[in-house]
Amino acid sequence: MASLLEVSGLTAAYGATQVLHGVSFEIPAGQITAVLGANGAGKTTTLRAVCQTVRTGGSVRFEGRELVGTATENVVRLGVAHVPDGRGTFTALSVEENLLLGAYVRRDRPRVAEDIERMYTRFPRLKERRQQQAGTLSGGEQQMLAISRALMLRPKLLLLDEPSFGLAPKIVAEIFRILRTINAEDGVSMLLVEQNAHLALGLAQHAYLLETGRVALSGRSETLMADEAVRRVYLGY
Amino acid sequence: MDGFLHQVFAGLANGCIYGSVALALVMIFQATHHLNFAQGEMATFSTFVAWALIQQGWPYWGAFCATVAVSFLAGLVIQRVILRPVERAPVLTNVNVFIGLLLIFNALSGWLFDHTVKSFPSPFAQESFLKSRFFSAHEMGSFLVMMAVLLALYAFFRFTSLGLAMRAAAQNPDSARLVGIRVSWMLAVGWGLAAAIGAVAGMMVAPVVFLDPNMMAGILLYGFASALLGGVDNPFGAVIGGLIVGVLENLLGAYVIGTELKLTVALVLIVGTLTLMPAGLFGKRLVTRV
Repeated sequence: MASLLEVSGLTAAYGATQVLHGVSFEIPAGQITAVLGANGAGKTTTLRAVCQTVRTGGSVRFEGRELVGTATENVVRLGVAHVPDGRGTFTALSVEENLLLGAYVRRDRPRVAEDIERMYTRFPRLKERRQQQAGTLSGGEQQMLAISRALMLRPKLLLLDEPSFGLAPKIVAEIFRILRTINAEDGVSMLLVEQNAHLALGLAQHAYLLETGRVALSGRSETLMADEAVRRVYLGY
Repeated sequence: MDGFLHQVFAGLANGCIYGSVALALVMIFQATHHLNFAQGEMATFSTFVAWALIQQGWPYWGAFCATVAVSFLAGLVIQRVILRPVERAPVLTNVNVFIGLLLIFNALSGWLFDHTVKSFPSPFAQESFLKSRFFSAHEMGSFLVMMAVLLALYAFFRFTSLGLAMRAAAQNPDSARLVGIRVSWMLAVGWGLAAAIGAVAGMMVAPVVFLDPNMMAGILLYGFASALLGGVDNPFGAVIGGLIVGVLENLLGAYVIGTELKLTVALVLIVGTLTLMPAGLFGKRLVTRV
């Protein structure tokens, strides 16, 4: 299986605080990979390192291209879409404007319009609110909007930072179901950061466990779910 | 009654100019959270450039368009070269840079074009069809020009892809980068637009107040008052603020405090708005948890 993303010896710091101490992992194309870990393990920083919104050392190779040192705007143009923690929606703009912005770097105008309709079919709640100001949407709807906006890029790799955060279980189930469909139907590879290990392992095929800035465990989801330590510490049983 | 109405209409005409200057200020504030103190001097310099072209024999509208284009480019370059290095610097550093720009442009205007007061032509002939009972031809003409500028800007921001990207970059630069918007170029374009608007305002006001290096000093103050009154993060508010300040200035000057103290209206409005109503009429009320 081809490696879409190869991370090796990744280091990152916020000012004087070192957060990642040499993280290495690979994610295969066409699959969903989860990054698990407790608060402060460095999961969000890892995603930020991929889109270079934080200064990093080490190497991040996307389809063979080195991303470290590239501006975020150019990483996006290579086909990496990031749904940040906190959703990152343009709250003062309408739902439709948010979606249009997701396709900002694309040149194929007519297909952009088609894609917007596809998003509305997938997330009917967004269609009802297409002219509404994004900031007035509920948490779940904003998450759907954030994911749709990222998908408007037609990305090769979708980065998701804690999509379940602050949402009711029913909404989370709906969103995760849609993510599974997107991966299966459109072949979009995903790198999913989640504190909720049970949810993440249910969706992803592979997983990495981060502990204080290092990869502690890795393998297929079934393997991790069966692991004694993981079950006790992260799954609670 | 006639006198009163004339004051109101003259106030509205002035208000357009103030509103335009305020709009340029708001545009830069929205994107950078800084007030460009050099806005007035940049506009004066642009007007001098237009004057020089007209002296060389250029037709009015040719000089007008060339000046607007050059001003846009100059604004863009100033942002890339001078402002970008201090983008993340503390507020005071940015204020110093703006004041430096103010002094440089003022001195440049005086040095290149000397300090004698010059007359600047109006493209609207005195007896043209634009003249009416309450408005001189130039007042009506400059009102229409400024309205056209404002409408063009509104259409640009509302309906074009670049306009949408600029709004996004101003509101949420981090998310804007995540969709591939080159945020620092958006700032540069914003500066270019602000400089271009300033140039138009300068060329509309010069026929009335005459052209010299200090032409826009007072008008900039009215521009600040308008921007603050309207809510410094709201472009629509900037325009309304301008109209209110223009009318208020004229009415108070004619009936209450006399024309000598007109500029104090602007100063009182600035201090009053910041003290009593910091968000202005249409701005966002910011509440911080302490």
